[in-house]
Amino acid sequence: MATFIKDKWMSNENKRKLTWLTFILPALLIYVTFMAGPLFDSLRLSLYTGEGYNPTHFVGFQNYHNLFTNPLWRDKFLGAIKHTTIFFLIHMFVQNSFGLLFANLLSTEFKGKTVYRTIIFAPATLSVLVVGFLWTLILNPQWGAVNQILIALGLKQFALPWLGRENLALPIISLTSVWQWIGMPTVLFLAGLIGISDDLIEAARIDGASEWRLFWHIKFPLLKPVIGIVAILTFVDNFNAFDVIYAMAGAKGEPAYSTDLLATLFYRTGIAGEHPVGIPNMGMGAAIATMTFLILMTGVLLWLYFSRQQVND
Amino acid sequence: MRAPKIKLQHLSAYIILTLWSLIVLFPLWTLIINSFKPQKDIFRDPFNLPKNFTLDGYKAAWSTGRFDLYFTNTITVTLISLTLILFIGSLAAYALAMWKSKFSIALYIFFIAGLMIPIRLGTLDIVRLIKALHLQDTLWSLIPIYIAMGMPIATFVLTAFIKELPSEMFDAAKVDGASEWQIYSQLVIPLMRPALSTVAIFNMIKIWNDFWFPLVLIRAEKSRTVALGVSLLFGQYRTDWTRALAVLSLAALPILILYILLSREFIKGLTAGAVKG
Repeated sequence: MATFIKDKWMSNENKRKLTWLTFILPALLIYVTFMAGPLFDSLRLSLYTGEGYNPTHFVGFQNYHNLFTNPLWRDKFLGAIKHTTIFFLIHMFVQNSFGLLFANLLSTEFKGKTVYRTIIFAPATLSVLVVGFLWTLILNPQWGAVNQILIALGLKQFALPWLGRENLALPIISLTSVWQWIGMPTVLFLAGLIGISDDLIEAARIDGASEWRLFWHIKFPLLKPVIGIVAILTFVDNFNAFDVIYAMAGAKGEPAYSTDLLATLFYRTGIAGEHPVGIPNMGMGAAIATMTFLILMTGVLLWLYFSRQQVND
Repeated sequence: MRAPKIKLQHLSAYIILTLWSLIVLFPLWTLIINSFKPQKDIFRDPFNLPKNFTLDGYKAAWSTGRFDLYFTNTITVTLISLTLILFIGSLAAYALAMWKSKFSIALYIFFIAGLMIPIRLGTLDIVRLIKALHLQDTLWSLIPIYIAMGMPIATFVLTAFIKELPSEMFDAAKVDGASEWQIYSQLVIPLMRPALSTVAIFNMIKIWNDFWFPLVLIRAEKSRTVALGVSLLFGQYRTDWTRALAVLSLAALPILILYILLSREFIKGLTAGAVKG
C-alpha cells in the first residue's frame, strides 16, 4: 500500500508542482501587483514627464539630469540627501549605542528587569505621527513642558524654540525618533547577549576581567552579527523616514527646508505637488524614488558583501 | 571581593535604566493627564493630576472628529488585511518550505527581498493603479497594499518555521493518503500558531499605525483611518490643547493598553524581521 502511494506521488511529479504553484499563486499575484510591480514600474516612470497622473512624454534621463544640474532641483535634492544622512547617522550612533548599553544592563538577572524592558520598548508600538505631534507640543516654546523644566532648573538660557531654529530642528527631530525606536536595538542586542554562553563570561570573570574588558573583548566581538543586522535595519528604516518630519516640521521640512528628507521631497514632488503650482510631477517624483532605491540597494549590497566576508573569516 | 562589585554594577544599571524610563514615561504621562484638564490648567500646572477634571477634549474629538468612524475603519482594514496575510502567506510559505527546487528558492528570495525595499518607493505607481481600479477614497484601496506589504515577513517567518518541523510527520500524513491541502489545513496551521501570532502582531502594528497610504490615497471622511483623522484634527486644534491632547491620547491608548497586556508577544512580533536575518 505504502509503496503504491509513493509511486503514485513520484509519477505525479508534475501534478505536485502544480499544487505548489497554486499554493504560491495568490501571494505572488498580490505581491507582484501591489509591491514588486510598482517598484519596478517607478524606474520606467522616471523616464517620462507630463502633468498629473499619466506622464506620457518620454524624456530619457532628462529628469535625472535636472535633478543633478538644475539648481531648482539640485539644491533641494542634495539638501535632502544630506539631511537624510544626518538623520540616519544620529540613529546609527545615538540610538544603537544607547541600545547596546541598555541591552548590556538588562542582560544580567535583577528584579524589575522585565518592567524596564517593557518601558523602553513601549514607544515603538505607537504611531510615528502621534509621537511626532506629542513631542511638538512638549517642545513648544509657549507651553513647552521641556522648557518649563529647564526654567525650573535655572537653565533658562537653554529654553529654546527647539523646532524653530534651522541648526537645531533636524537633530532634535532625530532624537525624538531615537526616543521612539531605541527599544528595537535594545531588544535585538539583548537577544544576542543572552545567546552568549554564561560559562564563557563566568570564566573571564574568574580570570579577573573587568566588566569593561569583558564587554569589549568577549561580548562585543560575539555580537558582531547582531550589530550587522541592527545597522542594516537602521539604514533601511531611516533612509525612508517621512511621518516624523511631516508631524514635527510639515511636508516642507520647516524651518526653511532644513529638515527636508528624501521622503518629504518625494512626497511634495510626486504626490502633493510643489508650491505654488500644486500639481504633482510624477516623472520627477519617480526619479527621486529611483535615486532613493539606488542608495538603499547600494547600502544593502555592501552590507551583504561585508557580512558574507565576515562569515568566511 | 566580587559581590560588592556586582552590586555596584546593579546600582548603576538601576540608575541608568530608571533615568531612561522616566524620559520615556514623562511625555506619555504629560499627554494623558493633560488631556483631562481645561486649557488654563494645562499651561499653569502641566505636571500634576487634573484638579478640574474634564472630558471636553474627548467629547469634541469624538463629535467633530468622528472617531467612532475612524476606529471602525482602522479595525476593519486591519482585520481584513491580517486575515488575508495569514491565509495567503501561510499557504505560500508551506509550498515554499516543502517544494525543493531551484525555482522555489528563487521565489523565496524574491519574496524576502521585500524586507529590505520599502514599498513606499513604488507609491506613484500604486496611486495610478488604485485610480485605474477606481478604488481611491475607499478602504479597499488600502487592503491589497497592506496584504502585499505583509508578504515578505509572512513568507520569511513562516517558511523558516515549517522547515523546522520534523519531516517524518509530513511523510506519515502522506502515507495515510492526505492531500497537500489537508496536511496544510489540518496539520500545519494548528502547529504554526506561535509563528502566525508573531506575523499577525508585526503586521497589526504596521497597519494600525500606517499614515503614508491613507495620506496619499484617502480624502473622503467616510474612509479615514485613525492616523489620518489624527493628522487632520491635530491641524484644526493647534490652539486648543485640551482637544489636541485628547486626540493624541485616543490614538495612543488602545495600542498602549494592548501592549501592556501582551508586551512579550509585541516585542517578539516587532523584532521578527531581524531574527535569523
